[in-house]
Amino acid sequence: MDRRTRVFLAVGFLVAIVFAVVVSQFASDSPDGLEYVAEQEGFINTAQDHALGNLPLADYGEGLTDNGTLNTAVAGLLGTVVTLIAGYGVFWVARRTRAGDEAAQATHEP
Amino acid sequence: MHIPDGVINGTTSAGFGVVAAGGVGVALRRTGAYLSERQVPLAGLVAAFVFAAQMFNFPVISGMSGHLIGGLLAAVLVGPWAALLVLSVVLAVQGIFFADGGLSALGLNIVNMGIIAPLGGYAAYRLLLKVLPRNDRIVPLAAGLAAFVSVVLAATGFVIEFAIGGTADVSTGAVLTAMLGAHVLIGIGEALLTALIVGAVMASRPDLVYGAAAAPVATTAEVL
Repeated sequence: MDRRTRVFLAVGFLVAIVFAVVVSQFASDSPDGLEYVAEQEGFINTAQDHALGNLPLADYGEGLTDNGTLNTAVAGLLGTVVTLIAGYGVFWVARRTRAGDEAAQATHEP
Repeated sequence: MHIPDGVINGTTSAGFGVVAAGGVGVALRRTGAYLSERQVPLAGLVAAFVFAAQMFNFPVISGMSGHLIGGLLAAVLVGPWAALLVLSVVLAVQGIFFADGGLSALGLNIVNMGIIAPLGGYAAYRLLLKVLPRNDRIVPLAAGLAAFVSVVLAATGFVIEFAIGGTADVSTGAVLTAMLGAHVLIGIGEALLTALIVGAVMASRPDLVYGAAAAPVATTAEVL
């Protein structure tokens, strides 16, 4: 990979971290569109508690410490890094899928 | 727009889970066919970025917020099939670690935000490239407008799922009206954010933008 692309990716990752750690602090606490509609139309009560709602990062680290700003920052940082690694892994697998197909095709060709 | 457990019944959720799994399977093969080695880190970065951007709920009207879906954004940056994988990864991470979106509803959420939004939105993007007047900002402009369409389509996806397997006794018509009303407004936010981000990437590295190749090339010649 050339230097320019590496710099671009690094800057992109930095912007993502700033979004997850800083900009997210200014997020509205109001329900999103679907939750709002569920409240208005009276089916919010059908929503059940999340099966993994007791994990430390549940609801973006809401119960992590008494400091809400810190909780959001930690959740944002960890989530962004985990998503980067998971995303990289999935696309690495996608690339291999293709490599496997090509190998299979090559052996079938006379 | 993350559906929690319980809103859609188990059978319907499982059915959409199968659809989502099938979509991911197709996307893995399709993406592998066009994604180059050097695009793998970019695709991973787009996933991280969409996760980060979804944490920012912007206020829409009193008592309601919206957040970026990012399906069309990812489709324009890395292609619609790769976008399906991007959103699936984001939704899985959110559902497993952050209690955002029910585990039994993961298939429903992948169908709405990972399949309908990027694939439907990208179809709108291709159409817009054909009908919009040629100019050197056509890529971010078409992306913004298509992002609006993608949100409305994803909201409609929820209404269809609710009509099939909603557990509450609420009329589908009322839910449709309310969902469209809310998401037409949220879609404006999605359009602005998408146009801004695509515009920024186009300004620095247009060669990395998958959807730029579909744009009329004459603009470059005219500028030169």
